[in-house]
Amino acid sequence: MKLVFAALLSGTVFGAGLAVAEMTNPAKVLGFLDLAGSWDPSLAFVMGTALAASAVAYRLHRSPAPAAGSIDSRLIGGACLFGMGWGIAGFCPGPAVASLVTGSADVALFVGAMLGGMGLFHLVEKTAPRKVAQHAA
Amino acid sequence: MTEFTPVASMLGGLLIGLAAALLLLVNGRVAGVSGILGQALWPSAGEERGWRTAFVLGLPLGASIVAYLNGPLIVEIETRPTMLIVAGLLVGFGTRLGNGCTSGHGVCGMSRGAARSIAATSTFMAVAVVTVFLVRHVFGGMA
Repeated sequence: MKLVFAALLSGTVFGAGLAVAEMTNPAKVLGFLDLAGSWDPSLAFVMGTALAASAVAYRLHRSPAPAAGSIDSRLIGGACLFGMGWGIAGFCPGPAVASLVTGSADVALFVGAMLGGMGLFHLVEKTAPRKVAQHAA
Repeated sequence: MTEFTPVASMLGGLLIGLAAALLLLVNGRVAGVSGILGQALWPSAGEERGWRTAFVLGLPLGASIVAYLNGPLIVEIETRPTMLIVAGLLVGFGTRLGNGCTSGHGVCGMSRGAARSIAATSTFMAVAVVTVFLVRHVFGGMA
């Protein structure tokens, strides 16, 4: 129960952070990714402070060294597909789910398609299972 | 077009980092939204749904608290519905195949210096920048 509550609190603080930083607005994210437009560096500041706070936690946690998984074609291929989708819509998973509170039909459409993509991946994995070490990330 | 908001960005980033720290220190888990969401809906053998569902529900809850205190969230979407669907499929499939997104690889993985996360984050950032350039400046308004 403690773990469920901590996870709810973590998700809530995470969602609040996304909203405070306006990362829930895809126009803001695309403004960062559009180097050739009127560039908005905000996202770099969000990631910078998030990284710093998280890095302190990893020091405190003395977590085991990152799994020495290889940088394989699944990792890079997945990152390429994700980067394309992120660049088209300006939504990555966290902000998209958090933005559902606006009741926007466009957000719901994106999240529905995203869940479809995740479900499709699950189907493919089930049909063609591969022995791949799952790294928590 | 959006304005550069350094103070709100740093405050928001700090909250995101604290959320990741909380999940790590209490639950011993990585705050990667795509993995948590995917495993909440389609859990691998031996993985729990409970804490994952709670985390995912927290995201809109936290956003709604900010909206309540600070005024409605602004969501500006110019992407056409068909392209939103294409983008959603790519984000959903890609983040599960590559085992992480902006939070799992970009914040958590990079903050502990994981080589895989640094490689993944560099890749999706670069691909997203190229995609935005193509969509906005080459095939003007394609999306």
